[in-house]
Amino acid sequence: MTKNEFLAELKRYLSALPLEDVQASLDYYREMIDDRIEEGISEEEAVGAIGSAKDIAAQVMEEIPITKLVKAKIKPKRTLRAWEVIFLFLGSPIWVTLLLAAVIVVFSVYISLWACVISLYAADLCFFACALAGIIGFFAAGNIGAGLFLLGAGVLLAGLGILGFFGCKAITIAMYRLSKLILKRNKKLFYK
Amino acid sequence: MDVQIKRGLLDVLVLSAIKNEDSYGYKIIKDIKPYAEISESTLYPILRRLEGGGALTVHSAEHNGRLRKYYRITPQGLARIEEFREEWKEILAIYNFITREEKSND
Repeated sequence: MTKNEFLAELKRYLSALPLEDVQASLDYYREMIDDRIEEGISEEEAVGAIGSAKDIAAQVMEEIPITKLVKAKIKPKRTLRAWEVIFLFLGSPIWVTLLLAAVIVVFSVYISLWACVISLYAADLCFFACALAGIIGFFAAGNIGAGLFLLGAGVLLAGLGILGFFGCKAITIAMYRLSKLILKRNKKLFYK
Repeated sequence: MDVQIKRGLLDVLVLSAIKNEDSYGYKIIKDIKPYAEISESTLYPILRRLEGGGALTVHSAEHNGRLRKYYRITPQGLARIEEFREEWKEILAIYNFITREEKSND
């Protein structure tokens, strides 16, 4: 691979970054390759010694905070014209509310998902409460037949409750992983 | 070596490579090489971090018909090295204490 091919590839991988960051990275790696060539090795070898453009880009991305990535994505690559600023301002009652609505929708989806998890736990707790009631019923019941029936039902519900608890736990863990994944995806959104 | 320790050490190592005279990327790597294996892609974020923290400044100068970036240490960068030397004394004292314990156990 030639130096220019390498730099073009690196530029493509970094396209999500602010322009000045891309330029700084390219300048740095161009200088590194030139300095190696000056020392007497071939262009091909010099580029090879630097490593893959993909890995380098990934490393650069990691160092850049997410806030900067977001800003770079939102900020237009040129300055806004006067009429665009006016439109943005005049339109703000519309787009600000729409943006707010979008944020709220995402947030409420998140809340309702967790509410489901909480209600599952509540249901599970009810199993245990019923089991307890069954055991109390065994002692409180007047005749032995009804008492045994209540005790049996109580033990059955206790079993269901224990099984249900493991189910709830598994769902909670899955939800936690899902939340983390979504968060990570959101960051990826800003650098492809 | 512990990642956090290594990170701190590399910062100071790079600063001391430009302590006596301005230097450029490839030369820094070559100067450091006998002491720590460091690649271009490792050096880059360190230089940016040090520049952002005001420990060094960057200026471009012509070399063989192209521009090369030279890094110059600032008083802040020198203070950072000094700080490291002070810290190292404490670490050395701890090290001495640890090894003395070992000896007395023999």
